[in-house]
Amino acid sequence: MKRIIVGTATCGIAAGAGKVLNALNDWAGEAGEGEVTVLETGCIGLCYAEPLVELQDGTDCRLYGGVTPAMALALAKGEEHPDLLPNQLWSKVESGHATIFGDAPRIALGRCGFVDPGSLADYLDTGGFQAQRRMLDEMEPQQVIDEVVASGLRGRGGGGFPTGTKWKFAAAQDNDVKYVICNADEGDPGAFMDRSLLEGDPFSVLEGMVICGYAIGAAKGIIYCRAEYPRALMRLRDAIEQARAANFLGQNVCGSNFSFDIRVKEGAGAFVCGEETALMASVEGQRGMPRFRPPFPAVKGLFGKPTNINNVETFANVGWFLGSGAPMYAEVGTDGSKGTKVFALAGKIQRGGLVEVPMGTTINQLVLDIGGGVPEGHTFKAVQMGGPSGGCIPASMGDLAIDYENIVKTGAIMGSGGVIIMDDTTCMVDVARYFLSFTQAESCGKCTFCRIGTKRMLEILESITAGEGKDDDIDKLLDLCEKIKVSTLCGLGQTAPNPVLTTIKYFRSEYEAHIRDKKCPAHSCNALVLYSILPDKCTGCALCTKNCAVGAISGERKGLHVIDQQACIQCGKCITVCNFNAIIKE
Amino acid sequence: MANAKTIMNGFAQALWLSQGVASDLIPLLQAAQEAYGYVPERVMEVISGVTEIPMADVYGVVTFYTQFRLTPRGDMVIKVCNGTACHVNGSTMLESTIEDVLGISRDQTDDDGLFTLESVNCVGCCSLAPVIMVNDETYGSLTPRKLTSLLKRLRREVLDARLNASTEVEVSE
Repeated sequence: MKRIIVGTATCGIAAGAGKVLNALNDWAGEAGEGEVTVLETGCIGLCYAEPLVELQDGTDCRLYGGVTPAMALALAKGEEHPDLLPNQLWSKVESGHATIFGDAPRIALGRCGFVDPGSLADYLDTGGFQAQRRMLDEMEPQQVIDEVVASGLRGRGGGGFPTGTKWKFAAAQDNDVKYVICNADEGDPGAFMDRSLLEGDPFSVLEGMVICGYAIGAAKGIIYCRAEYPRALMRLRDAIEQARAANFLGQNVCGSNFSFDIRVKEGAGAFVCGEETALMASVEGQRGMPRFRPPFPAVKGLFGKPTNINNVETFANVGWFLGSGAPMYAEVGTDGSKGTKVFALAGKIQRGGLVEVPMGTTINQLVLDIGGGVPEGHTFKAVQMGGPSGGCIPASMGDLAIDYENIVKTGAIMGSGGVIIMDDTTCMVDVARYFLSFTQAESCGKCTFCRIGTKRMLEILESITAGEGKDDDIDKLLDLCEKIKVSTLCGLGQTAPNPVLTTIKYFRSEYEAHIRDKKCPAHSCNALVLYSILPDKCTGCALCTKNCAVGAISGERKGLHVIDQQACIQCGKCITVCNFNAIIKE
Repeated sequence: MANAKTIMNGFAQALWLSQGVASDLIPLLQAAQEAYGYVPERVMEVISGVTEIPMADVYGVVTFYTQFRLTPRGDMVIKVCNGTACHVNGSTMLESTIEDVLGISRDQTDDDGLFTLESVNCVGCCSLAPVIMVNDETYGSLTPRKLTSLLKRLRREVLDARLNASTEVEVSE
């Protein structure tokens, strides 16, 4: 029987996958009964081409992008549709056995986009809960920890702390009550790895948490997930219920004498809660403010009990190597960073989406080969890694192999995996200003330098982008960066200067152009650009004149229009209304 | 009206199930916000009584987290995503378009209570940037032009919904 699979993660739904799914279900329920099965799956990863639909007909598998309800119905009925062939992204017949992702190993995302995330049966069919069963049957907690240490897995939340070591600390504590927390408070703007994982393969995260609970001797698990991810929350709650009903969670897991249960806690919107001590404060019902470490959470964590906190992707990795063997996992990657890493590609890129690559892949391979580079007619300028805690790496360093150490050397951090690609239209001073405005707003206010220092930095950056920069502004910024780094308590403050430091390090000339020449090389800072009308493109439709708030545009109807530079307030409205691309920034 | 009743039960239910421990504070506030669209002062007093957390601390938590609001919102809540990908793809243009068309700026509600404009850090649909969220629906790959026609459509929808709601009440009475 034909199977039609629709990608219904948040990206897909936003692009219209819901309508496609409804159309297919309506048809399959009536006319097509018995002919096709309509299924859902999580994020396939090719977010740029959503909504995605896969057709499986015996050995013939095809994946289509940009699918409309009409196209999907034609597929289901086996009819022709003019838009189908041009939108075919992959076909098994033509690509042989390779998947659409080539030969790269997929560990964390192994099931994402292939299985129905709402189906426990699908998870079991693809080897799910085997690691958990094997562990409960054959392994002592210490053996589990040894295997995690041997795998070389490091925390995927961004810091890169060795996971095995973290578990060892928590296991060494003598306490009746311990907690396992899964950090799914993915607050980095521009990152969606955790969301996709939770929406595409929620069971693997649960399995990783059970394994951790067994290893450290905890009976309670908590998933702290952002409230902004309604679909991920829905999938998680559903998965927990199914796993409980099948005894993969709860009292005497899988008939053993080990008990472990998980509950979901919704975050309330505070970026700082991604920091582990702040996260625990938030679970306890307080303001999410970090506290001094030590004592580390492994010693004194949630409600004063030993607590182990890992990121979603870290837990998703655990079940894979406990089933397949740690040596196999340690073979992938570089000397210091083992395994694979999931990246979310977004920004000025042709094929944005979710990819999983081995550690050691270069930036150019990631951006140019996998992501297809920047939009046509533009040049690749920089990548931003690590969100507000990270930094900008210039395109000239594109041959850099991505692992924890190499990225830190550039001044950025690996972060949770958000990669924003920037081209010649992106102003690096504006990017620094953007991140500072974010950290400044999200600072919890506990440390003086984070609370007031970031505010002063933001003011300086705002004045530079407004064309009012002074000669000593760069020095002042560098001085503040240094002070904020050393006099703040948590990761948010310590890393807040990174976006500014890296942009000054690699793009100092752009800062100088803003300050000295009052020019924005990327034509992005509104206050520093001049708008003008191209005589050969202007048709004299007068739409811009009508929309100009200050009456700065004049001209005869059907004749050439001109902008009065003295009156223009650089709001940019005229560019957005012009139908003929006749207005340019310079 | 029946709808409002069932939602109110949601908060009442959460209160009923609460064990009065401090860690219930945020879930209770979330249930209240879900029911009323914001956190009224009276709700904070009730929660303070049930959990024995001082009113000042409840207020401190409400104002710490961006999710909680102290004033009612419009029928449609427009959240402009201000994630990095949306920012480099022109989300500020979207915000100013909304300001132009609806006459409200960030964290404001129009006089008729139809629309509220908010900014959100990231909704995780970065490859469709720039993105806005209207209630729970996400709209991606927007331009000021596309957004203008979308807003006009939404205004018609929200007015129609109001009209229908008011006639329904008359019928039931």
